[in-house]
Amino acid sequence: MADSSAAAAAHHAPSGEVTKRDLLQLIAVAGAAIGAGAIAWPLIDSMNPSKDVLALSSVEVDLTPVTEGQGITIVWQGKPIFVRHRTAAEIKEAQDVKLSDLIEPQADSARVKAGHDQWIVLIGICTHLGCVPLGNKPSDPRGEWGGWFCPCHGSQYDTSGRVRHGPAPANLALPPYAFESDTKIKVG
Amino acid sequence: MAGLHKSEFANPVINWIDTRLPIFTMMQKEYGVFPTPKNFNYLWNFGALAMVNLMIMIITGIFLAMNYQPNTELAFGSVQHIMRDVNYGWLLRYVHQNGASMFFIVTYIHIFRGMYYGSYKNPRELLWILGVVILILMMATAFMGYVLPWGQMSYWGATVITNLFSAFPIVGPKIVTLLWGGFSVDNPTLNRFFSLHYLLPFVLVGVIFLHVAALHITGSNNPLGIDVKSPQDTLPFHPYYTVKDSVGICVYLAVFAALVFFAPNYLGDPNNFIPANPLQTPADIVPEWYFLPYYAILRSVPNKLLGVCMMFGSLLVLFVLPWLDTSRVRSARFRPIYRQLIWLWVVAVIVLGVCGAHKPEGIWVILSRVATLYYFLHFLVILPVLGKLERPLPLPESISQPVLGGRGGGPLPGSAPAKPMEKA
Repeated sequence: MADSSAAAAAHHAPSGEVTKRDLLQLIAVAGAAIGAGAIAWPLIDSMNPSKDVLALSSVEVDLTPVTEGQGITIVWQGKPIFVRHRTAAEIKEAQDVKLSDLIEPQADSARVKAGHDQWIVLIGICTHLGCVPLGNKPSDPRGEWGGWFCPCHGSQYDTSGRVRHGPAPANLALPPYAFESDTKIKVG
Repeated sequence: MAGLHKSEFANPVINWIDTRLPIFTMMQKEYGVFPTPKNFNYLWNFGALAMVNLMIMIITGIFLAMNYQPNTELAFGSVQHIMRDVNYGWLLRYVHQNGASMFFIVTYIHIFRGMYYGSYKNPRELLWILGVVILILMMATAFMGYVLPWGQMSYWGATVITNLFSAFPIVGPKIVTLLWGGFSVDNPTLNRFFSLHYLLPFVLVGVIFLHVAALHITGSNNPLGIDVKSPQDTLPFHPYYTVKDSVGICVYLAVFAALVFFAPNYLGDPNNFIPANPLQTPADIVPEWYFLPYYAILRSVPNKLLGVCMMFGSLLVLFVLPWLDTSRVRSARFRPIYRQLIWLWVVAVIVLGVCGAHKPEGIWVILSRVATLYYFLHFLVILPVLGKLERPLPLPESISQPVLGGRGGGPLPGSAPAKPMEKA
């Protein structure tokens, strides 16, 4: 830099003064930055989900084989989805809990589709660090609140999938889904 | 030699780094104020263009590899997946595919520049040899890359090229089995080609670093082919040649873009749209255009071993070019006979390329034999003898002298004076 400063000084006005050369330099740098961005974007975007991955965005599930008290796990976008057929006692337990007792207060009615109280559909990923909680099968440990129990760090969820015991900070997430008929749902 | 570097940079952060690791000082010395002959013409752009091209190939290649499957069952499909499903996958692949052609166009012109202006002569012999190593590594990389899409041409290209080694007596078949990892080109072959195709570009980066390091020891040659005599003969690399290279890069990118966006498959072979079939060889099997001259040399010799040796020899002869050319005058501008014969050699290479694209029958066999003969005659007979017989034109005293003395022009000789001579 020192060597070229003599040459550079010939082109530069005294410090503090704005010259035409400063403007040209800014335009050149801005143009190069736009060009670099335009080149970088296709490269970065190529790492986003490709069209064949996006095409796998919904699955249909037949509920008829799922008996009361039983749960099944299906795969949607590579993630486990819990579909559980709740017993009357489990529904009552989920509805009767005081919201003030919850870590993330949310009514059971907000977590199921109206008229389909017996079906709870959840993304089966613990909100702590992403493990799959146990409890979908009746033989699994279900924790103190009868829902799900995460084997990784001991988080516990109730029969509505709401977190009741840490370290998980939030309720199990709900996937977008709709009832196509009383015995069929479409996830995604 | 331990001790902190005394940095002259005013910016405190740069100064702090530069004191401990003087990379800024080095860049300033090698690319900022680096004294460069002031009479370069545009042919001196092609080294920088090749560097840009390598970077484009490495970057697009890394992103392609994220979506490619090196497995005979999946490879062809995964390339179609890249073309159809991956966001901008078509762009990445077409840039990479045509980038290989651009790389050879740029490199061949770069080599021609070296031959026309005698850049390989003392003291730049090692620089030239490193360049030949780069060319051979590039060819190996391009060949293995062409195999990866696993189309018909990929498969049969791989079969033919690996079978070249079977020409060697006794060990030949063993070498071929080793290259294949089996008894035919198959999944193990594809796996290792993918691995090496990813590795070799980084080896290239290393050899190119040595090529550039050697260049910065000897300094660049120039269109007059005479040594730099004084600082008046040079310009600082920046801004003069950074700007001149940028002009070349813009033109190069325009040609590259035209190829990618308007004729992406112009240089490709339609047979590679057919998945590899080990049971059927395509009717017209030809390599990519940049291998055609070598392919023609191979086919011009009716003996298998001799043909293979001639083909490899056509590259290996370049290693000893600095010693085959006995003339001490570098630039063709001052060698009236060489200046014409070098073009005859270029014609021979082009004829070989055209012959390589045609079936070896009739006139094409004769033509390719004549051209092959001239190719070797040029290196092995003409260059050693011509250096002794030719009477060179008088060399200018310095790079500045023909400009200041002869034409009395400005301080910056442009590329214009070089042009009429090149067309001679």
